[in-house]
Amino acid sequence: MSTSIVLAILVTSLATFSSRLLGVISSEGIKETSKLFRYFNCLAYSTLAALIARTIIFPVGVLSDASYLSRIVVVLFCLFIFFISKRNFVYPTVISAIMMTVLSNYL
Amino acid sequence: MINKEFFFKGFKSILAPDSPALALGCCFIAIGALLKNLGFNIQESIFSTMLTYALPGSLVMAESLLVGASLLNIFLAVWFVNARLYPMAVSLFPLMMHKSQPRWKYYFSCHFIAVSAWLIMKSKYKGIEKKHRIDFWIGIGCATWTTAVIGTFIGFYASDYLDKNMMMGLAILNPIYFLCMMVGAMKTIQIGASVILGLLLGPIFYFLSPEWSILLGGLVGGTIAYLIGELSVN
Repeated sequence: MSTSIVLAILVTSLATFSSRLLGVISSEGIKETSKLFRYFNCLAYSTLAALIARTIIFPVGVLSDASYLSRIVVVLFCLFIFFISKRNFVYPTVISAIMMTVLSNYL
Repeated sequence: MINKEFFFKGFKSILAPDSPALALGCCFIAIGALLKNLGFNIQESIFSTMLTYALPGSLVMAESLLVGASLLNIFLAVWFVNARLYPMAVSLFPLMMHKSQPRWKYYFSCHFIAVSAWLIMKSKYKGIEKKHRIDFWIGIGCATWTTAVIGTFIGFYASDYLDKNMMMGLAILNPIYFLCMMVGAMKTIQIGASVILGLLLGPIFYFLSPEWSILLGGLVGGTIAYLIGELSVN
């Protein structure tokens, strides 16, 4: 293994684990019925939603080569499928991959 | 030690029809292929997934390596992207803390905090007695972590057979799955407002600061949603 890649992986894992460990240490004194817990619950859901929106609208990696139009069409159609399939997670997920593969050829 | 009954109950939860295993595995297939294209060997790719186990962080590391960023830059970029794990941990571990359980279980299992495992645990914890939730969580974490490692392995060796369009198809799976799960979790005013505000504010803050956009979107959106929820209760 090349040293620079191994160091990059170690640095990445350190940056990731520090947030996780700090979270566990902070949560030791928090009761699940407290206002502080509810506040962090809101922060967690909101942060995840922000991450998902950013991943779709301003992606990094291979998804950045897909057009905005194809991404928006896939998202809206999959949400439509999610609701008409009585909130089934599998159908929209599978359809999204097929749609994106096909649409990225044309849009 | 770990209660085997609850560990395997958690482990098997990813076999449920609505489990994120498929989406998670496909996304790590894309990561495995990406890492191979960046020049990682199979050991480095597996090592990266095992130690990091966070998709956005792995992507940021890969992009940073591509542009020749320093280790300090990689650390800061990954820390910014993965700082979301902090509120995720604080909003999950109080549900699992029990005085009869040793602390090492909590410190060890925090490595499994990722969107997929977090969402499964959030939807299933009420059905598990509090004393055994940590063992159930370790089971979920081991299952999703194993799925990620297997996905990376498959992606690394399948990369020669995947064209760019197929990679795009794999890459969109995870955000779509998580988006559906988040929309499905909008059962209270607070959670509903949190998700909607996060979806709106994340991209808006991107124009102000790409690095801080996720944290700012989450902090502002979550705070407003919390206040809306508290006011509606009062």
